[in-house]
Amino acid sequence: MNTIDSIATPVMTTGRLVNAYVQEAKSECLRYMRNPGFLLPTLLFPSVFYLMFGIFLAHSNSADAPRYLLASYGTFGVMAPGLFGFGVSLALERDTGLLTLKRAMPMPPGAYLLGKMCMAMLVAATVSIILMCMAVFLAGVSLPASRLAAFFVLEVLGVLPFCALGLLVGTLVKGQGAPGVVNLIYLPMAFLSGLWFPLSIMPSFIQSIAPIWPAYHLDQLALSVVGLGQGGILIHVLVLLGFTTAFLLLAARRLRRYG
Amino acid sequence: MNNDTCIARLDQVGKRYGAIVALDGINLQIHRGELLALLGPNGAGKSTSIGLLLGLHRADSGSVSLFGRDPQDIEARRRIGVMLQSAALPPTLKVGELISLTASYYPAPRTVAECAAFADIGDLLDRRYSTLSGGQQRRVQFAMALAGRPEILFLDEPTVGMDIVARQALWAAMRKAVAAGCAVVLTTHYLEEAEALADRVCVIAKGRVVSEGTVDALRAHVAVRRIRCITSTAAATVAAWPHVLSAECVQGRLAIATAEAESVVRRLLDTDASLSELEVQRAGLAEAFTEITRETESTDLSQEAA
Repeated sequence: MNTIDSIATPVMTTGRLVNAYVQEAKSECLRYMRNPGFLLPTLLFPSVFYLMFGIFLAHSNSADAPRYLLASYGTFGVMAPGLFGFGVSLALERDTGLLTLKRAMPMPPGAYLLGKMCMAMLVAATVSIILMCMAVFLAGVSLPASRLAAFFVLEVLGVLPFCALGLLVGTLVKGQGAPGVVNLIYLPMAFLSGLWFPLSIMPSFIQSIAPIWPAYHLDQLALSVVGLGQGGILIHVLVLLGFTTAFLLLAARRLRRYG
Repeated sequence: MNNDTCIARLDQVGKRYGAIVALDGINLQIHRGELLALLGPNGAGKSTSIGLLLGLHRADSGSVSLFGRDPQDIEARRRIGVMLQSAALPPTLKVGELISLTASYYPAPRTVAECAAFADIGDLLDRRYSTLSGGQQRRVQFAMALAGRPEILFLDEPTVGMDIVARQALWAAMRKAVAAGCAVVLTTHYLEEAEALADRVCVIAKGRVVSEGTVDALRAHVAVRRIRCITSTAAATVAAWPHVLSAECVQGRLAIATAEAESVVRRLLDTDASLSELEVQRAGLAEAFTEITRETESTDLSQEAA
């Protein structure tokens, strides 16, 4: 036994460890809340769409439209924090050396990903609250509190499959190319899942491939929550869980190999 | 130095990236409380060595240890502080927030105020990182590296791109850390930085330590001294004198390189009584460094020829 081992080193207590996770999540939330370039488009896109199509142009719609659009713009709104907040930021931070620095420092494993996840969930929560307020107070949607609460929970959890997809993209693409790649996934997927135009008015081919998109399944769940669903809740939940697990496993494999 | 004070080591470590050999059986020891400078040309293996000690890469062969453990073990890394060459920190976070985030990773950290006092950034704590100058950002990174009361600080090119005032401020902070008992491993391109700070210098070239010792010992590698003066004696004349390696006229001054400075100076003064502005300098680390890397290359060539 040499002198090095005998010198007492302070031990990381559980309290300090939990504090490290909390600090990481807090910093991650703070830095994005202060970044209008990320926050404004993420919050404005779904709410402006809802304002236009769900409220101003509502007279030409059916009576169910404000509820229908709450579900689809809600889904559209939670895709962005997952894909951009998670995927793009990971890709950039792998490129700029921040991730390397954090790996060299004794950051608890998982704090980094958990911090980004909290940030994405917080933004998803904000998006869903804005949309619900607009739906209830401006568009006159009347839903029982239990359904609104369920919608809120669904939106906050619904960001997770997109965090996992963002994580996978972030491990595949490095640096400045990431926003482009993420947009190539985000916008077509939103369109093909029926978030902008109902699937029922789309060509049958697009309707038939819709189930391969995670956003389609989240939208179906959101529609069920606002009372316009076509059932199959359990299947949609399982498919989303499956997507999340698959993306996570692929990303973890990729991270282990290439760092 | 005795083995017990060794807190980090690379032992016969090899590392390659594809066809490129980054480290070729390198041996390196870091002792408690010393300031070790790693010098070497780009691509010599300095950053790879640091990366291995930080657990960022795995060695292909040989062993790497940090406080007797694998550096990928987080327990070992809780005793170190790190400042990397190119890490873009979150621009919208405030300096105080960055320091307290870093401190949260460690079991018994310094307070934010202590870190700020150490790196002399007390006035910057409420500023956002993106609003700082390059030199201020480096000082903030240094404060973050100190946050965990580290026993070793790894500083990868800490003063790149700093002006001389900022550089000297950071040097002072490094000396303070060493005085407080912290070992520092510094990689640098700036020889004067190693000269000003290091207890020990390792020159790395082609993935190996080619020379190791105090700054004075390294400089002694080069026996040549430089003489400069203003004189009417022609350079060509002096160049023909015994022991003179070279003599040339640079900006109106005669510059002579010789291993026998005393006898050459005596003869210069004898030849020209009106000689003025006489200077005699031992070779700096820069010359020693060039000399050492040149020696390595020539041994490599002769080995390849054999």
